[in-house]
Amino acid sequence: MKKNLNTRTIVIVVTILVCVLGIIGVPKSMADLKRNFRDNIRLGLDLRGGSHLVLQVKVHEAVMGDANQTMEHLKDDLRKAGITWTEMSVNEVQKVEDSGDVALTAKGIPAAQSSAFRSLVSDRYPTYAVTVLNSSDYALKLKPTDLIAMERETVQRTIDTIGNRIDALGLAEKTVTAYGRSGADFQILVQLPGVDDPAHVQELIGTAAKLEICAVKDGPFPGKDAALAQHSGVLPLNTKLVQMKPRGADSAEQWFLVDRNAVVSGNELRNARPGQGDMQKFLTTFSMSPEAGQRFGRYTEANIGNRLAVVLDNKIVSVATIQSRIDDSGQIEGLGSEEEAVDLARYLRSGSLPAGVEYLQVDSIGPSLGADSIAAGMRAGIAGLAAVVVVMLLYYRRSGVNAVLALVLNTVILLAAVSYFHAVLTLPGIAGVILTIGMAVDSNVLIFERIREELRSGKSVVAAVDTGFSKAWWTIVDTHVTTVVSCAFLFLFGEGPVKGFAVTLVIGLIANIFTAVFVSRTIFDYELSGHRQLETLSI
Amino acid sequence: MELFKTTDYDFLGKKWPFIIASVILSVAGIGSIIVHGGLNYGIDFKGGAQVMVTFASTPQLEKIRSVMKQSPKIHGEVSVQNFTGGTAPNTVLIETEIQEERQLNINRQAMEDVLANTFGQPGNPKLDLNNTPSDTLSARLGSALAQAGIPVNDTQLQQLVTGILAYRDKDLSGLVTNFQQLASVPGMNSGIMNALQQETYLGTYHVGRVQMVGPKVGEQLRTKAVLATLYALAGMLAYIAFRFEWIYGLGAVIACFHDTIITIGLFSIFNEQISMTVIAALLTLVGYSMNDTIVIFDRIRENLKLSRREPLEKVMNKAVNQTLSRTVMTSGLTFLTVIALFAFGGPVLHGFSFALVCGIIVGTYSSVFVASPIVLFWHNYVDSRRRPSGYGGAARTDTVRTGGAKPVKGVIGKVVK
Repeated sequence: MKKNLNTRTIVIVVTILVCVLGIIGVPKSMADLKRNFRDNIRLGLDLRGGSHLVLQVKVHEAVMGDANQTMEHLKDDLRKAGITWTEMSVNEVQKVEDSGDVALTAKGIPAAQSSAFRSLVSDRYPTYAVTVLNSSDYALKLKPTDLIAMERETVQRTIDTIGNRIDALGLAEKTVTAYGRSGADFQILVQLPGVDDPAHVQELIGTAAKLEICAVKDGPFPGKDAALAQHSGVLPLNTKLVQMKPRGADSAEQWFLVDRNAVVSGNELRNARPGQGDMQKFLTTFSMSPEAGQRFGRYTEANIGNRLAVVLDNKIVSVATIQSRIDDSGQIEGLGSEEEAVDLARYLRSGSLPAGVEYLQVDSIGPSLGADSIAAGMRAGIAGLAAVVVVMLLYYRRSGVNAVLALVLNTVILLAAVSYFHAVLTLPGIAGVILTIGMAVDSNVLIFERIREELRSGKSVVAAVDTGFSKAWWTIVDTHVTTVVSCAFLFLFGEGPVKGFAVTLVIGLIANIFTAVFVSRTIFDYELSGHRQLETLSI
Repeated sequence: MELFKTTDYDFLGKKWPFIIASVILSVAGIGSIIVHGGLNYGIDFKGGAQVMVTFASTPQLEKIRSVMKQSPKIHGEVSVQNFTGGTAPNTVLIETEIQEERQLNINRQAMEDVLANTFGQPGNPKLDLNNTPSDTLSARLGSALAQAGIPVNDTQLQQLVTGILAYRDKDLSGLVTNFQQLASVPGMNSGIMNALQQETYLGTYHVGRVQMVGPKVGEQLRTKAVLATLYALAGMLAYIAFRFEWIYGLGAVIACFHDTIITIGLFSIFNEQISMTVIAALLTLVGYSMNDTIVIFDRIRENLKLSRREPLEKVMNKAVNQTLSRTVMTSGLTFLTVIALFAFGGPVLHGFSFALVCGIIVGTYSSVFVASPIVLFWHNYVDSRRRPSGYGGAARTDTVRTGGAKPVKGVIGKVVK
């Protein structure tokens, strides 16, 4: 590396400038400098506070839902085709892994109509495969490729819906991605830095938000038993009992009898908006799709005086009496707070989740903890750096200055790389920076000890420096490569904070090859170039 | 200043006391693990739900434990312990053991509710300033200030609330004990202070962190930790086998295993917690121990080229003595930085820095007293099996690879001129 000393110096100076630019930009004041520093070096969740969530999409619910829908349509089709049956059911599975076991069982189909049945199924429901159980019973299951496609689509739609709901919160950075082994884990990773109301966010993400507007047949009842008693123990056809969402800690229970089939369902609503009605009441206004609007208009016209209930995730949010025909927009009143109105509008806009989600891992870090960690990291870093600098100066005298300069430049390059690559600095990442100091100085020690040895064996200063650097070179490469290998696997297998550690250590080591060899050598050459015949070296 | 000019200690001759010490330490470590019934895993490996709470006054652990146990929603064992080492005193960790995800989520929510009911003021219409999110505070303060006739536009309100909460979190560790502490927040004046005191009260606790790890994710994390370690070791073994002879690679890897086992044993003896960051520290110290070993091996290789007739033990000793200065310096300096981390790095990095402190000491000594002897034993063993076949002399059976260039195999058994 005997290039021109001036070129090398220019390279080093340019590197310094580029790095400093990356870290603090072009500040015009102290406050500017602090702000640029904070903007350029992104802090991880463990330093800034925020939420790290891993959810599992209950894809088996989507598969069961599809099977149930298919069952209803199949019943209609069989009736039209004149095929009789005695019983039809869909089994329930509890676990995501068992979604391949969901089967629609059709019993009691006469043997004479079996071929008609099977051709109907393969025509109208090509995604289902028919298995014969016995002469009159059949099981329908999704074909494997269609099952996989449905599972994957469910996960993707969940990711999109959750993304929409979080977008509405206006967070600057967020991550919503698939996680785990695809096709096997059905997991989603959500990272929200800087969120300070984690409970609310978890509710926002986790709520299925299945909304329906159903006709109210009877109610309110103070309890399920009272309702059953009123109807002689048997609920009328196609109805279900739904509880009103409790408001406040001491409000009494209220149950209503509503129609099972909704007049309007959530995915037909558009453009929901929170608002305020008279007397400071909170409400959410919405508009409907044109077809739903027409249907709703006809229904309301024919049912003036009857009641409608807005049901969200099987709990009644509000009950209203139809005053007049409503064509395409409406209001949901009776919401408890502004936050509820805003949330309801969000759910309506983002749509309901195609399947339920379950939290597998939650980590909500408050910003107070992060501030503590940053302070601790800073203190440790300064203490470590100071100790190393003192020892190097004492032990290697003026060459120690050489090593210290290389070390400082190493740290600067490391921070600049973190800034330019938009890497995230975590607490283990800060530890990685501190560790880089210790390991980086190792390269200098290797070279200096070798130079000392060569000087002892009688070589001239110039020759000793030369030999020292060249003999130490391969050792430096070997040691750096092994640590980088170790960090590569840490990066692949680690989670956020550990990934941050691996990244900073690797960048630090690569930068170290530059500073410990190239920069140190240049500084030595500078020192040697001034004097024609240097007898001794301060080392 | 120079500590070691030219030394000539007989390291490899005196290896037995150190090997015995290694064995004793390893056995002690493994014994401790067995006695404790396993390792002390952090929540990311053992799973469960955990809430970290800071109190304004000394927390009564028994009261917290009993109140949690009484709650019908919380299932499973509840443990309450002090959390030391953080800058905020009076901090407590409340944990429930691992269960199915659904129950863990219920536990997690219930723990926070129980805290609010027991230590908060659930009936109070005012907001708890120590546990309120910024949006809620903004809304309340905004309407209160408007009613009091103090004009404040949206940006100012936003900055004010951010300032109050930032001061609470960064300077007061999340717990405001006196409204006057907020007097120095920029933009604060007496009117705003009044509105604040009117709309909020100062709760006696602050939730710092809520964590929950279910069995599925716990297993994923454990698998990842094991795989990362195995792959990293394999990767390093491959690289060293490529750069040196395979027995050197094996010696280095055995030395690293030795370091890891002793460090984990020390964790068990001192009852420190093992989390994912500790695994990161272990892998780092494996890398560091490799470094040390490589430096010595490099020197051995160089010396082998120069002195072909000398016995291996003498060559190894010479190499260790030559690199002694560098080894002590580097270990010392890295040790300094790691001690700085251990002393000042705070509770989150505690396990991490403890692993490195132990690891650097053990790693340095293993390069000399574990890795090199293994290579020595192997070559002596191979040597002693060859000698009877009649070559005699001080022939060595090692192959030599030249550094940096393509590997050149020496011929086994022949005396190379």
